[in-house]
This record gives sequence, structure tokens and C-alpha cells, in this order.
Amino acid sequence: MSSSRTSVTDWNIKTLSWLPRAPDDFREQCQRLMTQAEGSERVGSDLERIAAHALNFNQLNRLGSLINRLKANPKTLEPLDPFRFGILCTGTTDLVVPALAASAARHGIALHVEVPPFDQMVQQSIDSQSQLNTARLDAVLIGYEHRGLRIDADVATLRIKSPDETLSLISTICDGILANSNATAIVQTIPNVVEDTFGNIDLATDSLKLRIEQVNQFIRKQAMNSRCALFDVERIANLVGLDAWHDPVQWNLAKLPFSQGLLPLYAEKCAQLLGAMRGKSRKCLIMDLDNTLWGGVVGDDGVAGLVLGPGSANGEAFAEVQRAALALRSRGILLAVSSKNDDATARAPFREHPEMVLREQHISVFQANWREKSANIEAIASTLGLGLDAMVFLDDNPVEREQVRQALPLVAVPELPNDPAWFTRVLMGAGYFEAITFSNEDRQRAAFYEANARRAEIIDASPNLRDYLQSLESVLAASPFDGVSRSRVAQLINKTNQFNLTTKRCTEGEIASFENESGHITLQARLKDRFGDNGIISAVIGRIETSDLHIDTWVMSCRVLNRYTEYALCNVLVGEARSRDLKRIIGRYRPTTKNGMVKDLYGELGFTVMEERDDETLWCLALDDYKPHDVPMAVQIHGAANVPAYPSFN
Amino acid sequence: MDKIYQRLTPLFRDVFDDDTIVVTPALTARDVETWDSLSNIRLMVGIEQEFGIRFETAEIAGLPNVGALVDVINARLDRKQM
Repeated sequence: MSSSRTSVTDWNIKTLSWLPRAPDDFREQCQRLMTQAEGSERVGSDLERIAAHALNFNQLNRLGSLINRLKANPKTLEPLDPFRFGILCTGTTDLVVPALAASAARHGIALHVEVPPFDQMVQQSIDSQSQLNTARLDAVLIGYEHRGLRIDADVATLRIKSPDETLSLISTICDGILANSNATAIVQTIPNVVEDTFGNIDLATDSLKLRIEQVNQFIRKQAMNSRCALFDVERIANLVGLDAWHDPVQWNLAKLPFSQGLLPLYAEKCAQLLGAMRGKSRKCLIMDLDNTLWGGVVGDDGVAGLVLGPGSANGEAFAEVQRAALALRSRGILLAVSSKNDDATARAPFREHPEMVLREQHISVFQANWREKSANIEAIASTLGLGLDAMVFLDDNPVEREQVRQALPLVAVPELPNDPAWFTRVLMGAGYFEAITFSNEDRQRAAFYEANARRAEIIDASPNLRDYLQSLESVLAASPFDGVSRSRVAQLINKTNQFNLTTKRCTEGEIASFENESGHITLQARLKDRFGDNGIISAVIGRIETSDLHIDTWVMSCRVLNRYTEYALCNVLVGEARSRDLKRIIGRYRPTTKNGMVKDLYGELGFTVMEERDDETLWCLALDDYKPHDVPMAVQIHGAANVPAYPSFN
Repeated sequence: MDKIYQRLTPLFRDVFDDDTIVVTPALTARDVETWDSLSNIRLMVGIEQEFGIRFETAEIAGLPNVGALVDVINARLDRKQM
């Protein structure tokens, strides 16, 4: 381990200081990847690993150009998740494109960027045959900046113009994209100008600054519509300050919309958003205890000797970290502990220290022992049924951080400054938990998992799994896709990585097109039990081809694993297929690095292998011989005709 | 003066992705294949960050060779020290 790897980095949002420093041989590593890819090796994981460093904008440019060259042979970018991205922006985007591709790799995405000709924002969006609308894009970024809008003072009247024209322009572009493609429209807010017209009263009177603020309010509202997403660039500009954001020299020389020294931050924030759209936001925060959540070592100093809470500056800092963790917990991020301690010693402050903000009930999994941190993190992930790529690990000790990074590269491990005063800023500023929407479902997620932890305990106590499942009094409610469930179905399809047979992603537009359409059978399923409602936990899209039903998509949330839900859904699917006189169901399994758990799903459900291809296995189920599976739950079917209710376990 | 050239060489190699570049006073944009108006911006922003200085618009677009660039860097550094 070289000393530079463990050296302390001060917090600096502009240089992405939470990421480890780039290796000294960064360019040589890029070159080696190029050579490997030319030999048709898959280098996606290595690209993701090298992109995980704090790259400056020349390094981003280097890595982005490399990715751009590899696109010609998409196999070399596997297992990165392909994402087709359009940019409709005023200003020069040439430097942004490679930086975005490199930053997207940091979030597991192979980004293809489409940039239509300059200054054609309206034409490109409203013409169904435009380059933009025919490029099969997953998302389009709509980025105005203030100079592109006609909201400054009218030359004739010297009155500031109404924002109406601008607002309808943005709506037209947004609606055009939504109507003419299946892409999600991502709308940027507009960083306000530095220059005052009046001074203190700029935002209190009719001024350019007030206009821009009005436009931004409109954009934020518009973007929360279901097929739009919000890229709040004004917020990013405010993080570093508008004076640093706007560079008049660069604008005048090359129409660069913001100071290019901030490109790493802009690109990272954009990539975090794209990652969130693909379900790559982190879902669980794992925390070290000694000198991370409190000052001192509880095993040596005792509960009374810990530095925490009012009375000392560092105590304030640690209490603040705990408050931040609790705020994450309240929006559905799971909390876990991994500490090198005896269990009772580690739990004592949670029970006895009056200044503790976090209590045992907030911690979903508590691992205090003397094993390697990486082993504990793996145990936490598997207990929660989450992937390692859903984890963030917070630890003040650089050696532990490095051990976890080496052993588990998928876990996000932020660099922390020595001074705990900065811990909260790192944790909340690094953007690990980016949300594109916030629903009641999200709010309740932590509670769902806690209910699961209780269930796991009952399983241990119950000698008979069937008795236990029966005791849950589960009810599975299945129905076709509809407008109400659309956004949750989209979230499931686009965020589920493990129980996902084909990992085909769908936009909300595509999902809407399957509703009430006779060529497809769709299913969304909700599971309730006596511990509560798990919400919509599975979605299926089946395509009818002559007398076969092809399952193009099947995803299920991992929190309902081991409950025979998939068997019950199979019964429902068979009923649906029979009611349309179909003869066979054809299932596909396309392996990814994450969906190994469903490799044999179709076999377990009674399908037989029909064909083994390079990138997928086809399975077939003949409906004439099908015997419904016994399932430990009641099944309700809404809105679907002629589907028999299958018997439950009894 | 030599120290500035030593700091510029790795930066130039990074910006233009070319390990053979050695920064000398006589070096011009014509000598480096990938030195165009956009990579010139990347170079200038890189120098601004490396030395903690700001260039004027006319300097970014109009310097004839690296020697003239280093003169500007020196003048800025002197101004900073005063």
C-alpha cells in the first residue's frame, strides 16, 4: 500500500475529495485497457474501477475518449449497463461529452451520447424523424442557460419580459420529446447570474434574477411529472458559488456555459442521476463505531469516556454524523454497523450513552466482532438481501477503508478527512443516495426490511418452513399494468438487478404502451402479510407470438424471496395464458454479473431447457401438462378474466 | 524559469495525451497534432489550476509560442507575490 493511497485528503467538493486519488500511472492503465479491449477482452469492470477515482478533467477526457473508442465493440464494455443519452443544450458541450462518459462508468454505466446539431432544440424535439427522436434514447438532457432565454430587458420598452415565452418553450421541448420518443426528459435548472441590477432587492423586484428564479421553480415542478427527471444544476452551482461557476472568459471564447474546472463535479452529479435512474443509488449505510460515530475507543475508554454531544467540539461533530445517518434512515436508507469490538461492548453506548442519537432499533444489522470488515460487510449484504453495490461503508481508519476497497470493489468507501467536523459533509455531499422520486414506498422501505429481520428470526425458531410461511397469512394480489402502478412498475423493472431474468430496461413510455394492449400479457403483483403490505413486488411482461407466451421481462423484489411468490406468479401466468388459448410459455434467462440467483428459476418452476445460446438460455413450459404449484398464500386476481384461483397449501 | 517548464511538461502530456512532448520555449500549437481550440481551453484551465493564476482573454487565444506563455505565467506569479 503506497503512502499516497492512505494520505489524508481535505474536503473539497470541486475535486470530488470523497473519491480516492487517481493512481500515478492512470494514463498507462488506460492504455493497457485499450490494448486488452483491442484483443476483445471485456474491460467494463476495470473501467468502473479506474473511474472510481477522483479524476481531474484531463483524466476524465482521457477515459471518456477511451470509452468512446470501445463503443464500436460493445462487448468490450460489459458488464457496464448500456445507456443511450441525448444532450439538447445551449452552449458548447464538446468537453462535457467525454467527461460524462467517464463519470457514468464510475456508476456502472456504458454511456452513449448523442448530440444533435447546435441550436436546434425545438426542431429536434418536435420532429418525430429528427436525429434525437430516432436515436432510441433512454433519456434526453434539456439544458438551457440564462443567455439562451429571452428574459432580459426588452430593448424597446426597457421593461423586463414576462417569463411566459420561456416557460412555453421549455414545455414544448419537453412535450415534444415525450410524444416522439420513449426517452425520459431530464430538465436542468438554470444557475442564476452573478451580476446584480439593484443589489439587495434583486430578488424582491422585477429583475433578471427574479425571472431566472421563476423559470427554475417552473422547471422543478415540471420535472416532477412522471416521465421527466430533474437535474438541479442551480443547486450544484450554489454549492461552489455562482462567482466560481460562471467564467466570462470561457463563455466569450468558446461558449462554455460554466467554468470547466468544475466539469468533474458537473459530470459526476449528472452521472449520479443517470445511475439513480438505473437503480444504482446506494441503499444501505454501514458504519464503523470508534472514532466514526463517537470519539474514543469504547473498549478502552468505556461508555463514560466517549466524546459525544455538547461539551466538546469533536463531540458536536460526532453527534452531527449520527443525526445525518438518522435523516437517511428516515428516508428509507438502511443503517448497519460493522465494528471490531465485542458485541456487548459495541452495543453499550447505544443503550446507555445519553447523547447517542442512533439507537439499536435504527440499526438493521449489527456486526461487532473481530473478523475482517469486508467479511462483515458481505454478511450484512446477504442478511438484507442487497447487493454489495448497494452499500456505503463509513470508517475513519484509512487501513480499513483500503482493505474493504481491495476486497470488495463494489462497495462505496468515501475518503474521510482527519477532522470529524467534515464527516457529515462527506457522507451527505458525496451523492451516494441520489433519489429521482420519493414515494411512500421509499419512506417505508426500512420498515419493510425490519419486518424481514423479524421474519428471519421466526424462521430460525420454526422447525417447519411451511408452517411458518402459512402463519404469515400472505395474500398475493396480481393484476395487469395500469396508470396507477406505472411509476412503481418502471422503478422495479429499472432498478432490480438480482431477481431479473433478462435485465431489459423499459421507460415509462414503453410500459404505458403495454397497458391494455392485446399482444402482451402484463402482471404486477402486490404481497401482503400479517406484518404489513410489501407493496408491488413483482412485474412481468409477456409477449404473445402465435400460440406462445414469451416472458420478455420478469423482475421481483428480493425482500419477498423464499416465500414461493414466484411459484404463485407462475400459476397466475399459466392461467392468463390458458385463458387466451396459448399452448406454451417461453422463458429466457440472460446472465449478468448480478442475476445468478435466478439462473435455474425456470427449471424450478417446471420449465425444460429448449435452447442454449451464447448470451441466453431459452426455457419452455407446455401448458397442457401443467400442474399448479402448491403455494402458501391466497391469490387474488383483479381485472383479468377466467383465471382460476389456485389452491393454497392446505 | 526552468522550474516552470518542468511543471508544464507533465501537464502538456496529460492534456494532449502524448508522452513524447517536451515543453520548450519554441513549442507551438502546430507542433502538437491534438492542439486545437478545445484542447487549448483544457490546457489553459489546467495551467490556471496548477499555478493558481488567471489568464486574460487575449492571452488564451493569441500567444505565439510556449515561451510567450511562460512569460505571462511569470508575470502573473510576480503579481501574486507583490
